[in-house]
Amino acid sequence: MDFIYSFISPGFLSQILVGLSRTVILFIVASGLSLILGVLRIPNVFHGSLYMIGAFMSYTISVAFGGGDTGFWLALIGAPIGVALISLVIERGLFQYLYEREHLMLILFTFAISLVFGDLVKLVWGAEYKSVPVPQVFQGFVSLFGGLPFPKYNTFLLFMGPVVAFALWLLVTKTKMGKISQAAAVDREMVGAVGINVSWVFATVFVIGCLLAGLGGALVAPTVSVTLGMDHSLIMEGFLIVIIGGLGNIWGALLGALIFGLTQSLGILIWPQFGIVFPYCAVIVVLLIRPTGLLKSTW
Amino acid sequence: MLNVKNIHTYYGLSHILFDVSLTVSEGEVVGLLGRNGAGKSTTMRSIMGLTPPKEGTITFKGEDVTGKKPFLLVRDGMGYVPDDRRVFADLTVDDNLEIAYQKSKEWNKERIYTIFPALTYMKTRRAGNLSGGEQQMLTIARALMNGPDLLLLDEPTEGLAPLIVRDLEEQILKLKDAGISILLSEQNVRSALRMISRAYVIDEGAIRFSGTVAELEANEEVKKKYLMV
Ligand SMILES: Nc1ncnc2c1ncn2[C@@H]1O[C@H](COP(=O)(O)OP(=O)(O)O)[C@@H](O)[C@H]1O
Ligand SMILES: [Mg+2]
Repeated sequence: MDFIYSFISPGFLSQILVGLSRTVILFIVASGLSLILGVLRIPNVFHGSLYMIGAFMSYTISVAFGGGDTGFWLALIGAPIGVALISLVIERGLFQYLYEREHLMLILFTFAISLVFGDLVKLVWGAEYKSVPVPQVFQGFVSLFGGLPFPKYNTFLLFMGPVVAFALWLLVTKTKMGKISQAAAVDREMVGAVGINVSWVFATVFVIGCLLAGLGGALVAPTVSVTLGMDHSLIMEGFLIVIIGGLGNIWGALLGALIFGLTQSLGILIWPQFGIVFPYCAVIVVLLIRPTGLLKSTW
Repeated sequence: MLNVKNIHTYYGLSHILFDVSLTVSEGEVVGLLGRNGAGKSTTMRSIMGLTPPKEGTITFKGEDVTGKKPFLLVRDGMGYVPDDRRVFADLTVDDNLEIAYQKSKEWNKERIYTIFPALTYMKTRRAGNLSGGEQQMLTIARALMNGPDLLLLDEPTEGLAPLIVRDLEEQILKLKDAGISILLSEQNVRSALRMISRAYVIDEGAIRFSGTVAELEANEEVKKKYLMV
């Protein structure tokens, strides 16, 4: 009886909301990963590093502006842009010459870059934990239906999820660039043969995908301790989400992130010590039922 | 307009084209005839820069364009219709045309829809759901959006019903009237002869005959040996 009650309790509801705010971060990061995987066919292992760098940059920017509200908003805009610039340099400087290589080469290559980034971050920001203050407007709690407190900042995250999803939807389906990238995902040679400079299309998609990693890092920063190694768990989760959602499918990334985020937070409710195992079980179940992912893959 | 001189093309290590030369003058429709596997598509791909030749030169409008990137050749005025159609299946018909639009050229969607009125009725359909004939029409229309002066048409009638082939022939002749030079590859010799004025016959990667349509009609040996007609 207690068990059943726990499912309709306010605790259960707030746990779902916590799971959903985690989903938002996972979705934003995974959608960038999926975009790059779908269009450029690059399994970008250092996507996680960019997420970490986004979080560290947001710390630096926030501190530089006194740690207040202004600092937070500037960090939220500046960190993703900073990450985007880094990715632009990498794409133009290195990747544009490597697109024709085998996938194994590309994985090893992006993995090598992720190691370099790990060291660079240590060099620039050191090994200590950093924390980014939650801005004034989002400090404190809102009370939920049962009077249960829910962090205001998480409500902000819940709001950002649909905003980013909608922006991505507009970008991919309504702009010429989005349509070109859909075509290039399937037949890049033919896209070149109708007069489009595929190289710049790839650069743009790559930078947008990386910008999403940076945005994820900047959004998550006030809710976690920003530290070395935060890239590792995330890149694992990111790839799993992309795989269960369907490679290259942005809505698949959304679905995968939902599954991941919700099973994680509900797992904690059901079996606190082993909560972390639930999303991985969900991944196995999904892959047993649909080995190619839930939604249509572009591969 | 186009001058292909002694090109040799490879796929990896296999040598496919041997010393192929051909020319297309302004306003001409030239045939590249040969049976399946003769090397027609490889010739087209070489000209378009998709599989650049290892040896030889390709001159387009007086400029040496050997090894130039395909998207730059399109901007120079070359249009390509591949033999396997390759519409952008996930996009609508209208979007297939839109992404091929070149600002600097005088072709736009309105003009395309007046030439291919049938496409107007399927604007919003997913290109992957069109029939073979409709997809062929779309790939030609898409290449026209590039505003080409030279069109490389690789086996446009392949796999189409005879009635649709007739329609297509008429449309191709309209393009000729619009002043576009065309290199047309065909296995379907009877259909090709209705559109071209001059022909090259290719077999096993080498040019075996070149001459006017009348000369080809008179040459029983070439017709029997390489074209099976
Ligand atoms: N991608 C490829 N890799 C290796 N060989 C190829 C490839 N495409 C075509 N070939 C070979 O090149 C030869 C010419 O093919 P192709 O140019 O497609 O002929 P056609 O268009 O006249 O039918 C054939 O022997 C074919 O097997
Ligand atoms: Mg062919």
